Amino acid sequence: MTGFATFVRAAHAAGHLVVQPRMGFSDPALMRAGLVATRRAHATTVGTVTLDSYTRVGDYAAVLAAAAEGTPLNGYPIVTTDDATTRHVLSDSARHGFPVQVRHGSPLPGDIVDALVALGLDATEGGPVSYCLPYSRVPLRESVTAWSRSVEAFAAAPGEPHLESFGGCMLGQLCPPSLLIALTILEGLFFRRRGIASLSLSFTQQTSAEQDAEALHALRRIAADLLHDVDHHIVVYAYMGVHPRTEAGSLALLADAARLAVRGGAARLIVKTPAEAHRIPTIAENVSSLEHAAAVARTVGPEEPAVEDSGVEAEARTLIAAVLDLHEDVGEALVRAFSAGVLDVPYCLHADNAGRSRAHVDGSGRLRWSAVGSMPIARSDQDLRPVTSGALLGYLHRVEQRYDHPVLTDGTPAAVLS
Amino acid sequence: MLNHLRDEGRRVLLCTVSSDSHTWNLVFLQLLLEEHGHDVTNLGSCTPDDLVVARCLSDRPDLLVISTVNGHGHADGKRLITKLRREPALRTLPVVIGGKLGIAGAADVDRAGELVEAGFDAVFAEGADLSGFNRFVSTARERRSLEGAAP
Ligand code: B12
Repeated sequence: MTGFATFVRAAHAAGHLVVQPRMGFSDPALMRAGLVATRRAHATTVGTVTLDSYTRVGDYAAVLAAAAEGTPLNGYPIVTTDDATTRHVLSDSARHGFPVQVRHGSPLPGDIVDALVALGLDATEGGPVSYCLPYSRVPLRESVTAWSRSVEAFAAAPGEPHLESFGGCMLGQLCPPSLLIALTILEGLFFRRRGIASLSLSFTQQTSAEQDAEALHALRRIAADLLHDVDHHIVVYAYMGVHPRTEAGSLALLADAARLAVRGGAARLIVKTPAEAHRIPTIAENVSSLEHAAAVARTVGPEEPAVEDSGVEAEARTLIAAVLDLHEDVGEALVRAFSAGVLDVPYCLHADNAGRSRAHVDGSGRLRWSAVGSMPIARSDQDLRPVTSGALLGYLHRVEQRYDHPVLTDGTPAAVLS
Repeated sequence: MLNHLRDEGRRVLLCTVSSDSHTWNLVFLQLLLEEHGHDVTNLGSCTPDDLVVARCLSDRPDLLVISTVNGHGHADGKRLITKLRREPALRTLPVVIGGKLGIAGAADVDRAGELVEAGFDAVFAEGADLSGFNRFVSTARERRSLEGAAP
């Protein structure tokens, strides 16, 4: 199952978008079957082992208690499962040289990284900011220290260890693209500084196809400037916020994500399924989403259409430069940036986030700043009125509404699909 | 002063369960409760059991609202309410839980009864209507009986 980076590089060179599920089950037999089904899907795929929430927060007692009671978890508990069992889960992938990435969401990833390195896995994901602020109440400084150590350990693993930054998906939704780009690039610089030679930068589909295209273009250009000396690719995430409730809505959103990924030069796409709004998806639902995304991707030419320039790239570069100015070590610079509010993630409740920025979806569907706090972003249209619960739900459900209730060409809403 | 505050706004402690890092639900519920005149303390993501118990004892809220969507709500909620009800001072505190409580979607909704038995005053499973919740918050009084809880 080794060779994640090599596999993605080769697929990208051959013009195939790599598609990947967000899959994780606590039952080892299901987890194994999920990896086998992902490998066999009619698509260019890599496998995923998503970890459960107890393992993410280091509550191993709760994993064991759930196992004793037979309560299924929301992911695979890689740290507490014995080695032989996990090796069996991975044996089909190993035999076929099928790449597998471990996805978690832990600000203190030591045990997880140790476990995956011991199992011979060569790909994982996260970052000191992107796996701390949206995933925990652990102080940012502790996360930076823990991630420093784990990234160094992972970088020293055999083969070509590949690490993805989750910085392009902060909180899943309502984070303007310049900040997502800045965070994934800064985490990429953090990884490189700690010895990683192959990495990926993430970006999630958001509320506007035009704005997303502009953002991906900007991300590619900035990565080419600042990370040209390491192997890197771009990974797009199908919308990470509130998901359409209908199957038709979900598949249309995924199709748009596949188009965005191919046109934006991404090598890999993380899919979602029509179960997203409701519950953990089954293996079959994952496979059908992988195949749907791959089928759409095959119909899209790689030529990048002209993108608009509304200032996303300039804003991202300003944020990155302001952070790098704070300290020569990017880890320390990130800690200082958050404490000074130079980076400030909208609606993030984490105690180390300043919490003075706000964002909204404008009439054209683009994400905009309503308030920038102390971030070095020039604003002319700050709107400091408090956001109401109704307005917030409106922003959060904008994508779901648009895809669940498509508007007919004459402007009247189509019948509710279900 | 507290007494007259109680007639209109209530002091609500808002949290999630220890394994759950989702916060949009908390941000939304805080705004909703504040718009209804309540005074909200939002403890943020992944709230450890001990922190919730300690804050209930020190802050003496009128009501504890637990929101969780990661699918571990049944297990974590049961463990947390058992710890809360073990504190003599918290036996009558109104406590509600809501969100996506299991990983099986609609199939989980039936399991609300177990949580009530474990000591919750109300369970708002996925799809529950928010006006029922608003009514509950403004009218909740201390629990009179302690079905299922140890003396
Ligand atoms: C955004 C999101 C994230 C973001 C969260 C960022 C953050 N800090 O908040 C990120 C990407 C980080 C994330 C991570 C994870 N997520 Co998530 N996430 C979502 C997503 C897409 C949207 C949630 C959202 O923002 N909703 C907006 C808010 C306002 O609505 P809400 O949370 O649904 O709450 C409403 C009601 O439920 C209700 N309600 C909620 N609580 C309460 C309480 C009371 C008392 C009442 C009356 C009502 C009520 O009122 C709200 C308004 O209508 C959902 C899927 C979806 N809905 O589309 C998955 C989802 C919730 N996530 C899920 C999971 C499992 C995870 C992870 C464990 C990763 C994984 N294995 O996939 C991790 C969490 C790690 C952890 N330690 O817990 C699952 C839960 C599965 C289940 N319950 O069956 C979901 C359903 C996706 C899925 N189908 O797999 N996630």
